[in-house]
Amino acid sequence: MLKSLCDLLIIGGGPAGLAAAIAAKEAGVEDLLIVEREDYLGGILNQCIHDGFGLEIFKESLTGPEYAAKFFSKVKKLRIPVMTKTMVISMNQTKEVILSSKNRLLQLRAKAIILAMGCRERTGAAVGIPGPRPAGIYTAGVAQNLINIRNIMIGKRVLILGSGDIGLIMARSLTLEGARVLAVVEILPYPSGLPRNIVQCLEDFNIPLFLSHTVVNIEGDGRVDSVAIARVGSRGGIVPGTKQRISCDTLLLSVGLIPENELSRQAGVILDEKTLGPVVDENGETNIPGVFACGNVLQVHDLVDYATIEARRVGESAASYLMGRRKRGRRIRTQFGHGLRYLLPQWISDQNDVILSMRVSSPGKDKTLLIKDGKRLIKEVFYRSVNPAEMLRVRLKREDLYGIDGFKVTIK
Amino acid sequence: MTKRFLCIICPNSCLIEVDYTQRGVRRIGGSLCKKGDDYVQKELFFPTRVLTSSLRVTNGELPLVSVKTNQPIPKAKIMEIMKILRQTTASAPIKIGDILIKSVAQTGADIVATKGIKGGTS
Repeated sequence: MLKSLCDLLIIGGGPAGLAAAIAAKEAGVEDLLIVEREDYLGGILNQCIHDGFGLEIFKESLTGPEYAAKFFSKVKKLRIPVMTKTMVISMNQTKEVILSSKNRLLQLRAKAIILAMGCRERTGAAVGIPGPRPAGIYTAGVAQNLINIRNIMIGKRVLILGSGDIGLIMARSLTLEGARVLAVVEILPYPSGLPRNIVQCLEDFNIPLFLSHTVVNIEGDGRVDSVAIARVGSRGGIVPGTKQRISCDTLLLSVGLIPENELSRQAGVILDEKTLGPVVDENGETNIPGVFACGNVLQVHDLVDYATIEARRVGESAASYLMGRRKRGRRIRTQFGHGLRYLLPQWISDQNDVILSMRVSSPGKDKTLLIKDGKRLIKEVFYRSVNPAEMLRVRLKREDLYGIDGFKVTIK
Repeated sequence: MTKRFLCIICPNSCLIEVDYTQRGVRRIGGSLCKKGDDYVQKELFFPTRVLTSSLRVTNGELPLVSVKTNQPIPKAKIMEIMKILRQTTASAPIKIGDILIKSVAQTGADIVATKGIKGGTS
């Protein structure tokens, strides 16, 4: 097996990997490499042909491919080496990886690694949908890839389970491309996707949204021919007498995303049971010194702009690590409580400004976010409206952190 | 008539209620800022959208090129434009930003490529 060395290895060439690589190179890292298992860089952006990307960073509404193209040209200009069609098949805590590409295996030892593998879709099996397994059941992202990249239409009469953003985007896309979307069915009493997608993907096309409903059976011999849905009560059980059959040939699942951390786990990176991503400090560094994480492998983002911002910082941090310019601070634990589903980072030093990111547990109006060290209030932020679909980000200045022993974030 | 809109301009997501006739808005309430009122006005009387889709490609390394209207088009024209897109084929190589259809459906908006497609075999 060929053996090689590099200073910084970036695993994944999607939006996070690209932004991290560019930031690291601009901060002075010369010997770096992006490894991407697909044929092209860009990750999920390539198939997200709708617009709405880049409003935060570029102040314009771009499609996914246009957003990605801005980073491709930068990677090219900075001459950052890229290996596509290459997959990292193992990684250990000494930062040694094995790469598999066409006709060869390569062993590579890196001084630092940035994990940017993104996430994958939760499947029907993962949410336990009853019934047989006929053809015609797709996850929303797979359908998106088939329709937008490979020119393969997936069905004519489609029911969508889950109101996550990809499912909503696909409801519109399928309608535009000639299919009939019968309904979007969501188990929760509120939509999981962004409000703008509810309006522009469902309401624009009169697609009904059944909240507090779920799929209770799939029927079909060979191909889906109907799906039964029913109302879900407040305790999570099916409400008797509410079952209805919807005749359709396709069921799309948009039931959540799971950060793809098999490699991280293999290497001994500690994962957070809420985010399913690595436990990190404000630099995105994991428990293994020199191993960093950013983008959807760390936490599932709703806006790519924030994945980019997160990745840039991680790229800079990896550069500081490699150049020995990092300041060692204390290790302070962050905690979250009432009203929040998760909080990142889990650890902070008191050496840098910190961007906290978190999601609320349920939608609400007129909420106050409190960050407290015991009884001492570090910061409070008022929100007119909060929604689990929209990640909250709060910046803490280094000065805010002087002398604290830790803090807890709650929302009321 | 009264109608309710969920404002999508910012994360505040104001629920705006508007009382209107064909001639104009009579009463509007629920928004935190003027942007919301403007959004509702536009949605009521002249809703527009940027349309994104794909065109089939001949001689390209991929079978499709993603496209968009380079300015918002009237919402009412979406399906008419989709029909035109289904009947149109583009020939590779294509560069990002290339105009593939000029003033589609007389809207003044061009259909432009949102990615580059190299010449190839598919």
